[in-house]
Amino acid sequence: MTALLNIQGLCIRAGDKPLVSDLSFSIRPGERIGMIGESGSGKSMTAMAATGLLPVSIGVSGSIELDSQQVVGATDRVLNRLRGAAAAVVFQEPLTALDPLMKIGRQIAEPVRRRLELESGKASKDAISREVRDLIDKVALPQPERIINSYPHEVSGGQRQRVAIAMALACRPKLLIADEPTTALDVTTQAEILKLLDQLVRETGMALLFISHDLPVVAQVVERVIVLKNGVAVEEGPVKTVFGNPQHDYTKTLVEAARLFDEALGATGS
Amino acid sequence: MSPVETSVSRREQRHSLALTVGLALVGVNLLVALLTLFWTPYDPLNASGGRLEAPSLLHWLGTDRLGRDLLTQLMIGARTALLVGTGAVAIGATIGVSLGVLAAFATRIADDVMAATLDILIAFPTLLLAMLVVAASDSASLWTAILALGLAISAIVARLTRILTKRVLRQDYIVASRTSGTSWAGVVFRHVLPNIWPTLSVNFALQFGLAVIAEASLSYLGLGAPPPNASWGRLLQEAQGTVYTAPIGAIAPGIALVALVIGMNLLADGLRDIGDPTRGRSR
Repeated sequence: MTALLNIQGLCIRAGDKPLVSDLSFSIRPGERIGMIGESGSGKSMTAMAATGLLPVSIGVSGSIELDSQQVVGATDRVLNRLRGAAAAVVFQEPLTALDPLMKIGRQIAEPVRRRLELESGKASKDAISREVRDLIDKVALPQPERIINSYPHEVSGGQRQRVAIAMALACRPKLLIADEPTTALDVTTQAEILKLLDQLVRETGMALLFISHDLPVVAQVVERVIVLKNGVAVEEGPVKTVFGNPQHDYTKTLVEAARLFDEALGATGS
Repeated sequence: MSPVETSVSRREQRHSLALTVGLALVGVNLLVALLTLFWTPYDPLNASGGRLEAPSLLHWLGTDRLGRDLLTQLMIGARTALLVGTGAVAIGATIGVSLGVLAAFATRIADDVMAATLDILIAFPTLLLAMLVVAASDSASLWTAILALGLAISAIVARLTRILTKRVLRQDYIVASRTSGTSWAGVVFRHVLPNIWPTLSVNFALQFGLAVIAEASLSYLGLGAPPPNASWGRLLQEAQGTVYTAPIGAIAPGIALVALVIGMNLLADGLRDIGDPTRGRSR
């Protein structure tokens, strides 16, 4: 089976400063992969590069094949067809990821309409609104009527993130890239969103690239992890192996830090 | 009551006054302007009474030094002012918004060149630019004045559009929209234009006011609409010599001018607050 996303020797640089160096990994259809590392380690850059969304001022070399289509150096026309259908992205900050002046119903309807038009050449209003309703149910948003007619600032942060996930799902992507989707949320909401993502990925069978700096969060939803440090992949393998028996010093520190944090929590809890 | 209802109703209440006054002032102007297409109290071109008559039941605002009814002139002036304001803003908006969006998308060098050109154009006073265009054309006409003011406005609008567009394009929701496969054209029409519209529309109203005043200035200097088009600017100029004997000749067009400009600004303010759903809660 060919890989859905195949990255070989990826280098990203801003001017003279390398952001990601010689990164290689691949994601098979339905596979769930986590990418962890501290801020500035090049996680988000890699995600942006995978969908060809880096600004032109940032140099990308190497090979990125998304759904058997070379992304590096591809034209916008080619990429537009690829985006959404092959990969969709959920972002960290759910407020800024939604257009503040567009009602939520319309924002979800946009990608739905585009997909229906691509699939069957036309998209009737009924079909679109039915599907928007389905998506809202799928991400378990309460009071669908109200949500559809609300502006983003009128719903809560967790609800906004559910809307963002619904928009990503609307494209029916083969790969969902989640770029720190829970970082901006409080812990309870975080757990709910994680559960939702986990369930949706299992139901739809799409692949997941989960980006986070939070070890326990990553461990919950993925099978395999890649640890990035300063743009270099320092360790890669199944979650249990990497976190249970870390080889690289950096991974050890990460695991140790997470363990100490848990212990501190346990101490105050008892 | 759900949160949606509260925010909407509060928004409407708070800004109803500005909107009402603005609508009233602009609406009266518009009605008068439309009325003059079919009917005016007297023939605007011929004397209908004695020279410089005081206001009376026959001539509500008196007559000018040629014996023409001042109210009639004033009403036709409203038509000229609206035509100039609308025309100039329409031209300025079309050229300005297109150029501004293009500049925001252009490569660095093209963008810099455009930005510098716009800055130079804006450094020219609007009126001077308009006078140059009018002077360069063979015959002074209302349309030359409108075109001239439109071009001057387009520079200001283009610069504003460029900056606003750049700011919107940096937002996450543009990237989010792009990742789901929206083309650049789709991004411009669905996200950029609606998001820059609240700011732009207020600027359009400002420019409308400036255009009306600029046209009055041009007419005052004899560069605006040539007779028989009545213009508030020319009414002011004609009343200049008799301002002590018949002050109403200068006061009436002055008030009309100020009322239209203020009305337009209030209207834009009110419309902006309705058009921008996020404004209601912050004030």
